[in-house]
Amino acid sequence: MTFTLVQVIVGGLLLGAVYALFSSGLTLVWGMMNVVNFAHGDFVMLGMYVAFVVYTLLGGGPLIGAPLATLLLATLGVIVYFGLIRDIMKGPMLAQILGTFGLALLLRYSVFWWFGANFLSLPENLVGGTFDIFGIRIQASRLLAGVVALVVTLALHLLLTRTTLGSRMLAVAEDATAAQLMGIRPDSMQAIAWAIAAGATGLAGALIATFFYIVPTVGETLGIVAFVTVSLGGFGSVPGALVAGLLIGVIESLSGYLIGAVYKDIVVYSLFLGFLWFRPQGLMGKT
Amino acid sequence: MRRTLWLLIALALVVAYPLVFTTPFQQRLGALVLLYAIAASAWNIVGGYAGQISVGHVVFFGCGAYAAMGAYTHFALSPLVGIPAGIVFAVLIAAVIGRPTLRLSGHYFSMATIAVAELARLIVTNTEYLGAAVGLSGPTVARNVFDLSFISALPYYYLFLAVLIITLAITWWMTRSRMGFYLRAIKDSERAARSLGAPASRIKLYAYMLSAGLTSVAGALYAMMFGFVDPESGLGILISVKILIMAALGGAGLLFGPFVGAAILVPLEEISNSLLGGKGAGLTFVVYGAIIVLIARFQPGGILALINRLWAKRRAKPMDESIAQEAGHAS
Repeated sequence: MTFTLVQVIVGGLLLGAVYALFSSGLTLVWGMMNVVNFAHGDFVMLGMYVAFVVYTLLGGGPLIGAPLATLLLATLGVIVYFGLIRDIMKGPMLAQILGTFGLALLLRYSVFWWFGANFLSLPENLVGGTFDIFGIRIQASRLLAGVVALVVTLALHLLLTRTTLGSRMLAVAEDATAAQLMGIRPDSMQAIAWAIAAGATGLAGALIATFFYIVPTVGETLGIVAFVTVSLGGFGSVPGALVAGLLIGVIESLSGYLIGAVYKDIVVYSLFLGFLWFRPQGLMGKT
Repeated sequence: MRRTLWLLIALALVVAYPLVFTTPFQQRLGALVLLYAIAASAWNIVGGYAGQISVGHVVFFGCGAYAAMGAYTHFALSPLVGIPAGIVFAVLIAAVIGRPTLRLSGHYFSMATIAVAELARLIVTNTEYLGAAVGLSGPTVARNVFDLSFISALPYYYLFLAVLIITLAITWWMTRSRMGFYLRAIKDSERAARSLGAPASRIKLYAYMLSAGLTSVAGALYAMMFGFVDPESGLGILISVKILIMAALGGAGLLFGPFVGAAILVPLEEISNSLLGGKGAGLTFVVYGAIIVLIARFQPGGILALINRLWAKRRAKPMDESIAQEAGHAS
């Protein structure tokens, strides 16, 4: 019993690290530009399908799939920024919500149209076997995903706080006009932020694809997970997203184990609403 | 005066449509356009006029649909009885979730409404009384006319038209009332409206409740026409999205915007579904997505706003010239 419980918690932490990785992309863009990307979960879904295609066409595992998904999604992020976000950022709220929501539908149903609505999955032995650590069984695929996600999320935090690029991005987030006067191009910084945010989703998608079900509508659930994480961890904060992501992973695993798999989404959504309703002041951030 | 004339002509065309286009497909298409126009017009009250972008209106749609089918399944009553019951449920739910949710601004409100809708879908899917994943059915054979179970789409068409006219009349009346002025002020700047003494929270809540009640009527009518409801057709997030997109495409915050949007998108969806068969379902939403991205990027006011602007420009032109001339004189 206790061993199973520990195993459930460890599994939750590993999945939570992946949640933290893609949520930190959402929080970055949100904090920097005050744009909420409703297609964020669908970006993760695209990352999963990249991993799937890499496996079916080349027979490759996450070693090829993950970097490729990161690269492709980062490119998509830049395209989306210049093609859509740059213009709707300044527009009315309706345009912002519609724009990214439309993008979500476009991506989700293009994949649906191409691959169908079937649940796909990668072979279980793609990332070899199961570990046995002090009697706790952990799948290698989950361990790999969790550890890589944790490392990359921490690296992202260091990039934002310890490098010149990070300082420039924060300067643009603080005041784009002032940053421009200091010789920083807000446009380039924001495009880089989109590349990082989307790249993180691509990596996260390719990592969880090794053990998660792959279906076009998975982005909806993952998108809500990202919103919950960001609202819990605080607007614009990568360390906050990390803590919140791990917490949500554990809560989800525990509620799935203790009350039943169908209720785990209900628990996560209720948690989200509870936070929005009872702690909205904490969410509104600086404004 | 001219406006009234145009309205009467448009109304005559809408009334005549099913008499001119008489195939079952065309009549059914017409009825669906009107049905979605009702739902999108109801959304428009809170989404367009109050500027609160709800992505969870399907909750209220589902209230109506489940109440109508529940009245038949559990009480052997006419689904019509479900309409008032659905309105009561929807308005109550709107009052309960509206209070905390409407405090949230912008994105947060939209996200909260999505979460509410998904939560409702998950709960209903796991509730045996509401048919769980299978859903509830209406009468297979009409016992009497009050079962509203017709083979032809024609009776539905006129029923939906009547409800649409009532919905638009309520909306129009609302915009002309004190509430309409408050809503416009809140949409422009909630802080300014509040500081001038507009009871912003209460007005937004009223708009939300009114919109919820009318949306539930659309849901009940939908369930009656199709004879069943399940979690996907009654509470799926895509229905919310469709309603929202129709209103935005036509013109959010304009009286006839949602109708224009429905008249464009419903035929598009039905025709692409019938041409492409099962595979069309995915492609239809690809097109939907592309259309919304394009509206958001180039024409956030919607098609009707664009037409109004072009119209105003054409009429304003001679005036511009006269102003230019006067300016010339002055110099």
